[in-house]
This record gives sequence, structure tokens and C-alpha cells, in this order.
Amino acid sequence: MTIDSSSLASLSNSRSIALDKVPLLALGDFQKTILGSVKAGRRVSALFGAPAADEGNTPLYAVLADDEENKLYVLRTIVSGERFPSLTPDCPQVHLFEREIAEQFGLVPEGHPWLKPVRYRHSWTNLDAWNRPPGEPILPAVGDFYKVDGDEVHEVAVGPVHAGVIEPGHFRFQCNGEKVFHLEIALGYQHRGVEEAMIGGPTSRSIHFAETLAGDTTIAHCTAYCQILEALAHCQKPPRAQVLRAISLELERLANHVGDLGALANDVGYLPTASYCGRIRGDFLNMTALLCGSRFGRGMVRPGGVAFDADEKLVEELLKRLGDAERDTFGAVNLLWETPSVMARFEGIGILPHEVAIELGIVGPAARASGVARDVRQDQPSGLFRFAHIPMSTCDAGDVLSRAFIRRLEIQHSIEFIREQLHQIPSGPVKAPVTPLAPKSLAVALSEGWRGEVCHVALTDERGRFSRYKVVDPSFHNWTALAYVLRGQEISDFPLCNKSFNLSYCGHDL
Amino acid sequence: MTEKIIHVALLLILPPLLFGVIGKTKAWFAGRVGPPLLQPYYDLIKLARKSMVFSRTTTWVFRAGPVVTLSAALIAGLMVPLGALDSPIAFTGDLILFAYLFGLARFFTTSAALDTGSPFEGMGSAREVTFACLTEPALFLALLVLAKASGSLMLTDLLHGPAEGFSSGMVAPLVLVGIGLFIVLLAETCRIPVDDPNTHLELTMIHEVMVLDHSGPLFGVILYASSIKMFVLGSVLLHVAFPFKTGEVWIDVSLFVLEILFLSILIGTIESVMARLQMRHVPYLLIAATLFCSFGFLLLVR
Repeated sequence: MTIDSSSLASLSNSRSIALDKVPLLALGDFQKTILGSVKAGRRVSALFGAPAADEGNTPLYAVLADDEENKLYVLRTIVSGERFPSLTPDCPQVHLFEREIAEQFGLVPEGHPWLKPVRYRHSWTNLDAWNRPPGEPILPAVGDFYKVDGDEVHEVAVGPVHAGVIEPGHFRFQCNGEKVFHLEIALGYQHRGVEEAMIGGPTSRSIHFAETLAGDTTIAHCTAYCQILEALAHCQKPPRAQVLRAISLELERLANHVGDLGALANDVGYLPTASYCGRIRGDFLNMTALLCGSRFGRGMVRPGGVAFDADEKLVEELLKRLGDAERDTFGAVNLLWETPSVMARFEGIGILPHEVAIELGIVGPAARASGVARDVRQDQPSGLFRFAHIPMSTCDAGDVLSRAFIRRLEIQHSIEFIREQLHQIPSGPVKAPVTPLAPKSLAVALSEGWRGEVCHVALTDERGRFSRYKVVDPSFHNWTALAYVLRGQEISDFPLCNKSFNLSYCGHDL
Repeated sequence: MTEKIIHVALLLILPPLLFGVIGKTKAWFAGRVGPPLLQPYYDLIKLARKSMVFSRTTTWVFRAGPVVTLSAALIAGLMVPLGALDSPIAFTGDLILFAYLFGLARFFTTSAALDTGSPFEGMGSAREVTFACLTEPALFLALLVLAKASGSLMLTDLLHGPAEGFSSGMVAPLVLVGIGLFIVLLAETCRIPVDDPNTHLELTMIHEVMVLDHSGPLFGVILYASSIKMFVLGSVLLHVAFPFKTGEVWIDVSLFVLEILFLSILIGTIESVMARLQMRHVPYLLIAATLFCSFGFLLLVR
């Protein structure tokens, strides 16, 4: 199907557009455009509802990403009434977006194959897609689960309280002996209502909401938030700030990737890498702390630039620590590839086929491990990444080994990138003033967090305040992939598969 | 009499130290200081002072599990000679009782696990008995080789056989049996590559998952019993691996203690340098143990 390009407004990452320039399509055309775009190789970065100006007419917005042409497309429609035909049967990657719309705005996507709440919350409107009484509390993970019948089938429920110190989530397996037929994941325990709290912003609290969307992705989320403000204020951030932002983003990736490789080693009982990587992760976190005083990068990225400058002495210290950490990292990580018993555990486990990754709209290292070349730093570059490139790493097998290998490659690339940038930080200020936001506009900001694409979309009202703030964490796309790869796997390999994705619960629950 | 007292004292006091040595070895490989050598003893004391929590769905079977396991391990410990020391309990055919004491313990551990009704514990029990089916023949074949070689059906004579001196034709079967017994030891005591005693991931556990619901003193009993099990099986292996004795009681006892601590270091080293096997590959390893022992038997009777 060809797409009438007049029905789409194109913009690039971290740019804003006046709301009236966003084409308003009839519901049918809106859906046809999404379907056609996905068939043509684009993907759905965000699909969400917004509070209705007049009751009963809920606007829906979609952000489509074209990774080939490095463009983003936005479009909108208005749903009158309480239901709309579901796109999920023809376009599986919107399944969770439609469930979210059903939960937040009470609109029923008719024909959705598995219409369940996403976070188990009351809707923002008077409507409720499941006709639940308004006063009654809604408990997470209480409700229907997919069930397999049979004498030899048994059900294993894990969580929400886990044996390790991790976030809460409920996993339900349908098993035959050791073999898993189906895994269903129910989340929502970590819902804090960030999207609701952002409405009416930006206030002095908004940036802290953005920073704590997912604790281990502080820089990526905060960068996306700041890019939204900068786009809406048409603010040009100084080059020095862009470099420092990119460096802290890559440091965040390094700390998490190293930690993940250690955790993977730990899950197969391989001690040396597990212990060393735990320590080296701390070294990278401490480098972030050296920059801004917080190991997780809190307070580093601020609207208009960054809050902390790096003087020459600090840069030198960073370079020295980077060299040490690089040596230690590869010493520890290469052990994995030199130990046959570890490779035997990683290889062929939890395979996510290429076509499935595309169909489910998977992002980040998980997608790249299945041969899907998707990386915001290359496809939708913003900030420093428009001028300095990090090679994209892909792998074909889509198994745990590939996801580990992608991390190893990205560690290498990120270290090289940081070293290169530290040698050539441009001089100048690190912050530019941010003017009030443009009224009645829409802005989209993407950044490549260590888990994948972080997408923020903001709509402003006539006073330049957020009337809707949409956040899509990479985990929102990728949890489905984890459930998928467990099919036909041994249940004892679940922790390993889980760790190879290492998704965020609070990033999903918002 | 002195020998018997030494035997009982070693059996009661030494086993937790093996876990301490394994822990230290693993810590050394990981570049850490690690918990103190005596940590397992501190843990036992701590657990003994705690109170217990019982699920309402459990019955007496749940409480009997750890008690039977400990008793079985202790009796087995009295039947196996430690180094040059003769075992306090010995009679012809005691090797059958010895092997099935572990079977009894396993039966009660898995029953206690099933008693909780938790899907995890059911899963662990299924794995435990599946793998036990494969280790039992290996253990029996190993004992059979030793019985044939020494011409006795009494554990004391049979295990002291190698130290009494054999013809050179016995070396090859003993080496094979030693390898088989070592795999049995790793599997029975839930070490890597079969099981990971340190994991917190219920879905990957074999033995640990069966005792998740036990707490306080009863859990202490379980830990103590598993250390005794390792001690007992380790002693059996040492008779094959280091069949030397001087005839001087104190030297022999010290030698035995050193040997068993060395064995713990070996186990700790294996745990540090390799990953555990994928669950469906575990049977291959256990069948290999059986094969080692049966080849040993074949070499002996050909």
C-alpha cells in the first residue's frame, strides 16, 4: 500500500511542530496509515490518547519512526464514542499501546485478542473499558490469565515478591514438566503516575519525575525530557553541553552493560566474571559520579545543557579511569567467551527470530541481537550524535549469546567514543537559557538508552503548559519479547533469558 | 575405643568446615575476602536460636523431613570408615543399607517438599528424584567394584581394600571408579556443575528449592545434614583416591583431615572455574558417572 505523504507530518528527532500542522485524519485513514507505514518498514514509536477537549471525543496520536529515512512522522485522529476497531490483529506491535489507551481513556479496542489492563489503574475519564465500578480498588495481576488445560500441565507463578533484591512483577508459566508452553507477565506494581503528574508542567518537579522514570536509565530519560523542553522553546544548546551529555549517556550504557554481563555470568554460576563485573560496574558509576556527584547521573542533564562542567583535571582523571576500567572489563568479560561451559549455556537459548523482533517492534540491544539494525543514535540522531557516530553492532542469532555479544561490542564502542570525545571537548558555556514553551505544539524526543529507544512526546496547551506528556520506555516494547522467547524453553533457563533482556519494571509501569 | 570416639567427634564436628573451605576457595577465585572459615558454624548457631514458621498446609511429614535426613546421614557416617579408622558400625552387607540410607533421606526430603504444595518445591522434587535415579546405579557399581576387588561385603573392609595393597591390575578400575564417585559426590551434594548452591533463582534450583519453606532450627538441621552427607561421600571417595595409611592413629587422622579439606578446595575450584550445566544436560554427566563405574567393573571381571 502506498502512503499518501500529505497525510503525515514529518519532523526529526527533538523538534517541535505546531499542533494544527499535525494532520487530523478520520479514524479509518489514521489506522490505514499506521498499517501501511508498518508494512513499508516503519515502526510505531508511540500511540497514545490525550485528554478530550469535549467529552466523548478522545484524540489519539501516533508517532511513526522511519529508520531508513531518519524521519519521524506524527498523525492524529479523534475517536468518537467508547470504542474503536483494534489494529493489533494486523499489527501486533501496537497491542500494548491499545491496552494502555483502553486503560487510560476507557476506549475499547474491538477485536483486541488479549485485552487486559496494563498497569491495573482506574481510567483518567469516566469511561472504563472493563466496566469496573469507579470506587473499587484495582489490584495488580488480579484477573484472567492465559491457561493451558491438561492433566500433565502445571502452572508456576513467580513473584511479585522475588528472591533477589529486584523490582516486583508477576510471571505465570504454563508448563509441561520442565518445558514452558506459555509465559504471561503481569506488571503494574511500580506505577507512580508520572504521566499524570507531568500534566500542567513543566514545574520544578517535572525534571525529577523524568530522572526517576527508570533509575538505571536516568540520563537517557532526562535527556529526552530536556530535548522536549529545548524543542518547544527553540533553544540551541551549546556544543560543550552536547558532548558532556553524550559522554554521560555512554557512561550509563557502560555501567549497565558491564553489570548485565556479570549478572548473566552469575545466573549460570560462573563466579569470576560475576564478581569482577559487579566491581567494574561500580567503577563506571563512579566516573559518572565524578562528573556530577551522583553515581546514577542525577542532576547532570538539565534543560538547555548540563548542570556540571568538566575541567581539564577532571577530564584527565576520567581518561585514566576509563583506561583502567577498559583493561579490567575485557579481562573479566573475555573470560566468558573463553569458558566453554559458559558458552554452552548461552548458545541457542531464548531465541528471538528476526521477523518476530520486527513484528513486535522490539528496540535496543535485544533488537540488534536479532539482526534488526535499530539504534536511535544512528537512525534518529540528535545532539552530538548528529556529528559523531558510534558504529552500530548487530548479530543474527537472537539468542542469549547474541544479546551478551551485542553488549560486549557496545562496551568497546562506547569506551572508544568516550575517549575520543574527552580529547576534543569544545570550549564554551555548558548551559543556555530556556525560554517559555511554544503553545499548542507537539514535540518528540528520542534517545538511545542502554535498553533501547526512550521516547518522550509532549503536547502543550495555549499557555505553553503540558496538556499531555507521553513516555515510552524501551521495556514497554520489549517485555513481550521475553514472554515470546520462553515458549518451548526449559523453565530453568528463564532467569538467564530474563537477565539477557534485563528490562525495567518501573520504566514500564511509569 | 579411642578410635571410635575420634570417629564420632570427626563426624559431628568437621563437616560444616568443608563448606567454610569451599566458600573461602570461591572467594579467593573471585578476588574477595569471603566469609570466615567458621561461618557455617556461626550460621548453624544463628539458625538454632531462631523460631520456626510453618505453613498451614503442611503436616508432620514437613517436620520429619529434616530430622530423618540428619539421622540417615549420621548413621551412614557411622558406617563408613574415616581414613584409617574402622567404622563403629559394621556388618556383612552394610553397603546396601549405606546406599539406601541416602534413598530414605531423599524420600523424606522430597515428601516434605511436596507437603508444602508449592509448585517450586514440586519442581525441585521432580528434578531431585530424576537425577537420583541416575546417581544411584553409579554409586552401586562403584561399591560393587570395591567389593569384588576386596572380596568383602562389609564397608570397612571393602573401603580399606585399596590401602591394603592391590595388584597392579586394580589401578585402572580404581581410577575409573574414583572419577565416577567424584561426579556422584558433586551431584549428591548439589554442587556446580549439577546444581548451584548459591543461586537465589528458584526456577533453576534442584536441592535448595525443596527446602525453601523450612526455617530456623529445622533449616539448620538441613544444612548440617547436607554437610555431613558431603563429608561421608567425600570419605568414601578418599579411600579410592588416596589409599594410604601409616598405621599411626594420630598421623592417619591428621592425614584424613588434610585430605578431606583438600577435597573441599578441589570442589571450590571446580565451582569457580566453570558454569553449571543446562538442566537437560545434567543426565549426560550422571550417565557418564555410571559408565565410568561400569567400565571399572568390566575391567575387573574380564
